[in-house]
Amino acid sequence: MSRPDPEAVAEAVFAALAEPSRRSILSALAARGPTTATDLAGLLPITRQAITKHLELLAAAGLVLAEPGERRRIRYRVNAAPMAIAQSYLAALARDWDSKLTRLQRSLDAPASQPEAAAPDSAGRCL
Amino acid sequence: MPIPDRIERTIDLAQPPQRVWEALTSAEGLASWFGDRATVDLRPGGTAYVEWDDEVHKATMTISVVEPPTRFAWTWGIQGLPATDPRRTYVEFTLSPSGGGTRLTVVESGFAQVPDELLDTAYHGNVEGWRKELAELADYLRVAA
Repeated sequence: MSRPDPEAVAEAVFAALAEPSRRSILSALAARGPTTATDLAGLLPITRQAITKHLELLAAAGLVLAEPGERRRIRYRVNAAPMAIAQSYLAALARDWDSKLTRLQRSLDAPASQPEAAAPDSAGRCL
Repeated sequence: MPIPDRIERTIDLAQPPQRVWEALTSAEGLASWFGDRATVDLRPGGTAYVEWDDEVHKATMTISVVEPPTRFAWTWGIQGLPATDPRRTYVEFTLSPSGGGTRLTVVESGFAQVPDELLDTAYHGNVEGWRKELAELADYLRVAA
């Protein structure tokens, strides 16, 4: 039970999300809670065989967990921890210091006599 | 595909460090470039609070360094994670005089830190977690009824 590397975890999340069938499966599990492969096959336009294959891959990557149960009645559920790790990666990309610093520069350059009357930027936004 | 742990930007501004310092550390300043409304308790350990008009978007920062007019730093949570998540990044502004203006550097670090508990559950999540929480909720509701 060695600890996985955060990069490997994030990579598994993005690889899983890159495939539309796996996105559908994860979305269905997120929306409905624990569900069997058979029920997923009834919900999604994906064959049961393909669903089983995707679930195995998702389970190996730690993205879904199989609840203990009898073979055909195993229910799968989303495991949130890998998603939270992938969010660190997305957060670094989303922080957007570039537009904040551009705004800082513009606000400092605005005439000091009328700081509140500064014109909105070309997009009409304040952010 | 490493998670970038450190974001660094440098910008040259025409104004002297004292003006830039005001813009970075005052409520009026933060509300003019960073958010739309802000409150600041400017001292190490103090809290700054910023809100944006157009979104549900808001930020609470814990100020860690106040060294006018050269160094200002805070920690804050990671966007997209629940407020209860222990992860925080560290943001540090450094101001140095440059010509008649200011060279401003901002460094944000800590994105790649991942708590051990999260890594432990990344592959071995607690199957009983939700079921247990739901059972506890059911118990609580029964008692409360």
